[in-house]
Amino acid sequence: MKSIVKALKEKKILVSDGAWGTFLHKSGLEPGECPELWNITNREKVLNVAQSYIDAGADLILTNSFGGSPQKLKHYELAERTYELNKAAAEISREAAGDDKFVLGSVGPTGVMLMMGEVSEDELLEGFRVQIKGLCDGGIDAVCIETMSDLSEAVLAIKAAKEIPGLEVICTFTFEQTMSGDYKTMMGIAPEEMTAAIIRAGADIIGANCGNGFDQMVEIVSKIRNTDGNIPILVHANAGKPVYADGITIFPETPEEMSPKISKLIDAGANIIGGCCGTTPGHIKAIVKEVSRYR
Amino acid sequence: MSELLDKIEYCIERGKVDKVSPYPPDLRGQDGSDELTKIALESGMNPADILESCNKGMLKIGEKFSRNEVFVPELLMAAKAMKAVMAHLKPYFQTGSVKAKGKFVIGTVAGDLHDIGKNLVSMVAEGSGWEVHDLGVDVKPVKFLDTIKNNPDCIVGLSALLTTTMENMAKTVQEIKKQYPGIRILVGGAPLTKDAAEKMGADGYAHDPQSAVEFLAKFNKAS
Repeated sequence: MKSIVKALKEKKILVSDGAWGTFLHKSGLEPGECPELWNITNREKVLNVAQSYIDAGADLILTNSFGGSPQKLKHYELAERTYELNKAAAEISREAAGDDKFVLGSVGPTGVMLMMGEVSEDELLEGFRVQIKGLCDGGIDAVCIETMSDLSEAVLAIKAAKEIPGLEVICTFTFEQTMSGDYKTMMGIAPEEMTAAIIRAGADIIGANCGNGFDQMVEIVSKIRNTDGNIPILVHANAGKPVYADGITIFPETPEEMSPKISKLIDAGANIIGGCCGTTPGHIKAIVKEVSRYR
Repeated sequence: MSELLDKIEYCIERGKVDKVSPYPPDLRGQDGSDELTKIALESGMNPADILESCNKGMLKIGEKFSRNEVFVPELLMAAKAMKAVMAHLKPYFQTGSVKAKGKFVIGTVAGDLHDIGKNLVSMVAEGSGWEVHDLGVDVKPVKFLDTIKNNPDCIVGLSALLTTTMENMAKTVQEIKKQYPGIRILVGGAPLTKDAAEKMGADGYAHDPQSAVEFLAKFNKAS
């Protein structure tokens, strides 16, 4: 395991990867198919996603394990294969990344709610443990707990990750702009509140992902940075808000439109920049170009 | 008497389920919608009036949610408080002394397993007096068609979170409209817009539970 926090001290700004879900769908993943099962059944196509981002110049890539919690895999009757599917996900990204680049094990929300009694804290914690163990055994450098909206769920995932010695923990939340212009997760958590709680829980790197494009991310990053002056911040932004036309959905923000916003993100305090839904290797290439000016 | 109804309305708005519920903290130890409904019915109050109070409470919390003054947890707790009332009112629905506003069939479209948004709309619709048939997630068009066959007077709600399943949503709208042109279809979900909903051929677009209920209200059979 390599330390991303240490690498940041040397390189200042690192570049992460772009979308996985939308990329896999372009590669033939049908809606309703289990993306994580592709780590076994369509290994080459998953490897191609990972490789495309390495080729685009990313310093870090994620793994195809966003929905790899037993609670999500249960929908496909694959819960008992949690360890295996996550380990395979990490191995694929490690193959593309080689020894030099970083691999972040993606852990997404479980989709079940603690407050409604749909699941117990113990069940969630145990599920995260199995998923993260698989990712670690497959060769990740850090775990990336992402698209979170509920503090209690995120804190449990961080707790499970922190049980593994030396594993760095990244945790990012998804915020939407409210009518008053503030940013909140769907569970009502503001960036400032998230920052304090997640650092207290032990996260090494925090940030925001998904959302409505790079512009709003600049504001969100400022709020996180104003709350804590030191914690490294990671951003995975969507390529704008999806637009539906002629039977297909597109994310409208092009690499050219995105490029001028990268320096604003860095000025606001971001340390690691990549994309989420709709971003492509083209976006990552453009980010690499912008970031090179800061090194 | 009306004081009791006001209290029930307040319990729905605040998500106060019962006496032992710790939520919300400022109402700790007080009776919730569960106890108050029981008392109201035992004292001979009209179940339809109780339901109307609940609808008012649900409207208030739904509007607060629309204005981003409260978020998913508050709405879920309100729905939970509503469920406690409905358990007491169920026999009156069965005998016909309380009538639903109509039938609302809802589901997340084929290929999509996300249910939080769909559940919120489902719960708020039920809390607003609709008979809700929740078909769950990954619902194939044929299942919607079968349900419509057995409930020809229903309104249909389709949900999707993924951009990739919006295409399945469009197909579902088309298949329903082909067989049942008179059925009203409401669509919603994070990647959707009013424009996308219109292009799909849906009759309405709801960006939050309250706007879904406002759409439904146009077809209220109980009024």
